[in-house]
Amino acid sequence: MDKSNGKPSKRINPFSMHINPAMFERATDEEKQELVIMRRSTSLWKDAMRRFRKNTFAMVALGLLIVLILFAFVGPLFSPYDYDQFNKGEEKQGPNLVHPFGTDDFGRDLLVRNMYGTQISLSVGIIAAALTVIIGSIYGSVSGFIGGRTDNIMMRIIDIIYSLPDLLVVILLSVTLRKPLETLLENTEWLKGISGLGAPFFSMLIVFALLYWGTMGRIVRGEVLRIKEQEYILAATALGAGRAKIIRQHVLPNCVGPVIVTATLQIPAAIFTESFLSFIGLGISAPLASLGSMVTDALGGIYSFPYRIVFPALLISLIILAFNTIGDALRDVLDPRMKK
Amino acid sequence: MENKRLLDIKDLRVSFFTPGGEVKAVRGVSWSLDEGEAIGIVGESGSGKTVSVYSIMRLLQSPGKIIGGSIKFDGQEITALSEKEMREIRGNRIAMIFQDPMTSLNPVFTVGNQIREPLKLHLKMDSASANVRAIELLRTVGIPNPKRRVKQYPFEFSGGMRQRAMISMALGCEPKLLIADEPTTALDVTIQAQILEIMKELKQRRSMSIILITHDLGIVSDICDKIIIMYGGEIVEYGPIESLFEAPSHQYTLGLIGSLPKIDVTEKEVLTPIEGTPVDLMHPPAGCPFAPRCSETMKICLTEKPPYYEIGEGHYSACWLHHKESGKEEN
Amino acid sequence: MLKYILKRIVWSAVTIFILITMTFFLMHLVPGSPFVSDKTTPIEKANMEKKYGLDKPLTTQYTIYLGQLAKGDFGTSLTKKGRTVLSIITGKLPYSAKLGFMAIAFALIIGIPLGCAAAIKHESLLDRIIMLFTTVFISVPGFVLGTLFVVIFGVLLPIAPTTWEDIPANYVLPVLTYAFYPICYITKLMRSSMLETLGQDYIKTAHAKGLSGFAVNFKHALKNSILPVITYLGPLTAFLITGGFAVEKIFSVPGLGRFFIESVQGRDYPVIMGTTIILGSLMIIMNFFVDLIYSFVDPKIKLR
Repeated sequence: MDKSNGKPSKRINPFSMHINPAMFERATDEEKQELVIMRRSTSLWKDAMRRFRKNTFAMVALGLLIVLILFAFVGPLFSPYDYDQFNKGEEKQGPNLVHPFGTDDFGRDLLVRNMYGTQISLSVGIIAAALTVIIGSIYGSVSGFIGGRTDNIMMRIIDIIYSLPDLLVVILLSVTLRKPLETLLENTEWLKGISGLGAPFFSMLIVFALLYWGTMGRIVRGEVLRIKEQEYILAATALGAGRAKIIRQHVLPNCVGPVIVTATLQIPAAIFTESFLSFIGLGISAPLASLGSMVTDALGGIYSFPYRIVFPALLISLIILAFNTIGDALRDVLDPRMKK
Repeated sequence: MENKRLLDIKDLRVSFFTPGGEVKAVRGVSWSLDEGEAIGIVGESGSGKTVSVYSIMRLLQSPGKIIGGSIKFDGQEITALSEKEMREIRGNRIAMIFQDPMTSLNPVFTVGNQIREPLKLHLKMDSASANVRAIELLRTVGIPNPKRRVKQYPFEFSGGMRQRAMISMALGCEPKLLIADEPTTALDVTIQAQILEIMKELKQRRSMSIILITHDLGIVSDICDKIIIMYGGEIVEYGPIESLFEAPSHQYTLGLIGSLPKIDVTEKEVLTPIEGTPVDLMHPPAGCPFAPRCSETMKICLTEKPPYYEIGEGHYSACWLHHKESGKEEN
Repeated sequence: MLKYILKRIVWSAVTIFILITMTFFLMHLVPGSPFVSDKTTPIEKANMEKKYGLDKPLTTQYTIYLGQLAKGDFGTSLTKKGRTVLSIITGKLPYSAKLGFMAIAFALIIGIPLGCAAAIKHESLLDRIIMLFTTVFISVPGFVLGTLFVVIFGVLLPIAPTTWEDIPANYVLPVLTYAFYPICYITKLMRSSMLETLGQDYIKTAHAKGLSGFAVNFKHALKNSILPVITYLGPLTAFLITGGFAVEKIFSVPGLGRFFIESVQGRDYPVIMGTTIILGSLMIIMNFFVDLIYSFVDPKIKLR
């Protein structure tokens, strides 16, 4: 065999150079450690937040969201007008210095109305999402813990709900729940305070909460089942009260990741549903303004006052965009799978 | 009688240009392979064994690039060929089988379809004759009832059968070189043995050269004529199989052998794993790559790369311990 | 495979049944009866009572209603006097169907290639532009987009027709509005599905066999990647049916969607019920057909 075969690239020829014998002393551990670059060990959360902050789109979306929240909830404090204030003599104005978003046919300042509309959209979105988290978690934990046939049936119910055409059912429910809710609000003492928001507001929350908790339920149930396997002994020896504790201590912390992501993505879905319902007239009723109903109102006079549509349209899109981007970024960041 | 030199790799360097920096995966590697010879390339993840072999078929995923050295296959310089010319070699004159037969076959096409593909592409066979050949190939690797099997989908095959099907797919165009990337890692032991038998037969009967990538020293001794041990993108020890197992010389090789469970152990022996963390290939050390983890590190190991010292006929190890002055008995 | 199909048929039938039941009972939450309103004359009222058994217990009314449905009688409209719900629906459905069909075709023809291109040229400028575009526009609700289109193309550059006629020019903007969201969604779906497929081991195998990039992408990768898109066709049709509501209202298309909205606002309950049931059943049936197509493509189901 050819001696030169296979010998790798030139190295020092030990016989041609004189090597200092001292180099052949043992290396100390410190010298060895210098060559090993240690990686900063971080917890899952810190690592996730760090990656989130690196995502420019997500950070911009977060900033946008903060601006929108301020716009909606702090903005009205700076305006001399109220959302249902008819300012006589200032009707049908285009955007100007006094009314930056213009006025409508009744002289109401559109800037303030847009602000309140944003308030409503944001509130509906967040509350609706929160409701789905609560309902879903309870349903999922119960289903997972009981297990067996009951679990199967409960999951089937979710399947059925999800195979129904959701928007149709939403519309249906909105139509039918309106009257009963109105009577309820009128006749119940302790609800009087918030009844000003109107039956449609609550019917939307109920509708959304009724239909969309399924995903959350499945996530929590999956986690419960997984824990059940592991903590089986614990669960068996714990008494009834122990279960609730197990759910709180073990199940919920593990679900937090996917639950947060799903919740964040539910918000824009709820806002979309709300604005859609308002658009077709099933949502917030006058004199309250929702961004969706403002689009409908503006549609009528679109050729004469095109600007009236632009503001609520943009606001809805921006809100949904912000939440979607943040939700997507959270999902990327909390994904336990290793990225290549 | 000398066999023809089939593959000649000289000073191969491969790097990945990631957003974080240049990862020097392979840093000057040379070896060769004759016709009918089988070579085992052993190392842990990150040693560069997979990258160096994938470079032979130019199957590096971006951002990987061959940045230096030469790869001569059957007289042709691989690094100089166009992509089109490479495609004529792949699946045709060099074939490759992969680690996980579950995922290496496309689930939505029949096995027959996938075996026929290279036959139609490279040998320009028509569907009918390709099908006949596919059935024959399945029979060669010992799959019973090949006429029925050829129409089935991968999920209808068991793990071991899938790997056999992959081998038959690789053999279709009678390649001169078969590359096997951890072909038995995903299979259980009894199936492993069967697959290795098939490969041994191929080597003997068809004079097929084989490159076997693995981290399992046990398989290597079964099939291979020679073996290369890689660490940190470099070759640390290489040589004929008998010589290397009789006289393993590099500290890393000793560590590998020491971490193998032995069946004939009478006393309770503790498995000695190799301590430490793998090499940072973005800032590779100037000296021996194994220095931080070695138990016998000397000062020179940290700053100078050890040359290759001859241990036996064709058997070399790159370690400063072999140097006369260190006081260890080596020639 | 037959077992799978039968299972799906049963499931669809059960869902439709639940839909009808739910619609019926929900409608009766409204005080009074959905079949009569203040505008109903005493004679009509008497007729209704006889036909639907309005004085009988609710469950009996339910069975009567089911019987009527089976005969194809969805009731008579409260607002459009004298016209049966079914005849109104069949009159208006063609417009909606035309729009919906064109929108789906558009969405698939543009979305699938765009998604593939983005995945194949991952991280390139093209990919980034496509991702940016789709991410932004997926957040814009259909009715917002539609109204914006009217502002841009109807008011600022007056090139869009202002009143509805059944000519091709009138279809452009509605179909565009309709198709925007599906195009974005399908592109993203196709892209992520394709990316996942391209990362699979069998793609490595295909490359190792010497197949050209074209063959690898369009033979091996595409067939695997298209499965999620097919699955999406089901919800897509559902979306299009309901998305039509807004589009038709904005562009004054005399389709079923717009009429549905008007009946909702006008509290025309028989129409609401009938339309919900018909549209809902349509969606469920479409989902079933999509499942059918899927079972042909995925060999694991084909052979079970």
